[in-house]
Amino acid sequence: MKKDLLTRATGVFTAATLIAGVVTGCGSTAGASSVEAKTDSAPASSEVYRTLDEIKESGTINIGVFSDKSPFGYVDENGEYAGYDVFFAERIGQDLGVKINYVSTEAANRIEYLQTGKVDIILANFTVTEERAQEVDFALPYMNVALGVVSPSDAVIESLDNVGADDEIIVISGTTAETYLEKNYPDIKLQKYDAYAEAKTAIENGNAAGWANDNTEVIAFAIENEGFTVGVPSLGDSDTIAPAVTKGNETLLTWLNDEIKAIGEENFFHADYEATLLDTYGADYEDTLVVEGGKVQ
Amino acid sequence: MHSLGIDVLFKGTNMIRLLKGLWVSVEISLVSVVISIVLGLVVGVLMTSQNRGIKAVLRLYLETVRIMPQMVLLFIVYFGSTRVFGLNISAELSALIVFVFWGTAEMGDLVRGSIKSIARIQYESAYALGLNKFQVHYYIIFPQTLRRLIPLSINLVTRMIKTTSLVMMIGIVEVLKVAQQIIEANRRSSPNAAFGVFAVVFLLYFVVCWPVSRLAASLEKRWA
Repeated sequence: MKKDLLTRATGVFTAATLIAGVVTGCGSTAGASSVEAKTDSAPASSEVYRTLDEIKESGTINIGVFSDKSPFGYVDENGEYAGYDVFFAERIGQDLGVKINYVSTEAANRIEYLQTGKVDIILANFTVTEERAQEVDFALPYMNVALGVVSPSDAVIESLDNVGADDEIIVISGTTAETYLEKNYPDIKLQKYDAYAEAKTAIENGNAAGWANDNTEVIAFAIENEGFTVGVPSLGDSDTIAPAVTKGNETLLTWLNDEIKAIGEENFFHADYEATLLDTYGADYEDTLVVEGGKVQ
Repeated sequence: MHSLGIDVLFKGTNMIRLLKGLWVSVEISLVSVVISIVLGLVVGVLMTSQNRGIKAVLRLYLETVRIMPQMVLLFIVYFGSTRVFGLNISAELSALIVFVFWGTAEMGDLVRGSIKSIARIQYESAYALGLNKFQVHYYIIFPQTLRRLIPLSINLVTRMIKTTSLVMMIGIVEVLKVAQQIIEANRRSSPNAAFGVFAVVFLLYFVVCWPVSRLAASLEKRWA
């Protein structure tokens, strides 16, 4: 009897382990063998996303947002989602006539969420890049990001062509600012720091003529610290931020694009900026940062 | 240094949210620890089996768990199962599966080690006294194994509790995520909040883990 139980338990367990092994095996090589796996479960993976009608029918839309990236997507002290991205998400829910289920996403899992259909839309400060566009479908943009240069107000740098031969510009290692300046302005001397805090201390102590970084960062810095001005608010290739849907979800993508165009008529994103970003970035940069109606200036 | 930023925890419902987040962590770890201990005892006994097939399979299982970071396991179960099989496992269930999968393997190995550590002579003496196989295991081996197991398993349990912080990667908002949300939401008004909030999170983890190690200590004493 005892032995019987033992053998049976062994059998069950062996089976469980084998299944687990198969799962992990498949999972770990998902990149390589996904084609093979997809043919196996074609009906499931071909309908991984929900169409516009399915979302409307279910009465709830799943939107992936950041929950700790103030002021774009965060949770306020009452536990409510808020921010520039969330303001737009609320409007989407309202115009679709569905409830919103916010999913807290991280930068590293945004694409994964869309590809498995676990969210319908990602609205998490998602910068449009070519690599990402191969994995997901981006709708029209609703915000700009570019590089910016902040400098002391008594010696504002308004163009990088005017940087003196002895002046140095601060960059943080590994950022797009570093790559951009090295490539396009090889003559400018750079002062490199590893961390944001070090760069901040350096510019505050007057170690350099200016600081180049993402324009949202330098603008926020200039507003928080008196005596600094953003002389170059938008530099280099301007990237955009846009909502993303699962690749191939045409109905939802079309609806989103129409929605962005339609609410552009009423200057929705300017209102969004004024409600959520004004405190951080001030009124001067509204037109630099906001993209209205999906049309980049 | 006028403020350590603990005051942000008293804004709105922040403290309640943090405690709710703590409960999410505790719930996931508690359920998976209990299941892991039960399954681990079974697996551990099986690991001492002489059967080569069983041994090989369990070895493979244990090594898989050892080399796979828990984060990868979470991604495989939560996203991978949808991708490959079209299954939609909820984030909470995915977390439980991963933690039980991990906990059972490690617990099993601890059980195996504890059983193996009991000297051969104890079996032989017990049989020499005329006890049957069941009596030998029930009266002699099992109690000693359990005693040796306690300090080892406490390490595992507290590690499992702390590792629940990874579940934020599959969208579960637990205590550490809530802490990050609170810090970020107050980045401008209290830039020092990180220190105070993380200090409180540290205390909360301590409050959860400390009773576990106290319980272990008292069990060890009682069974010594």
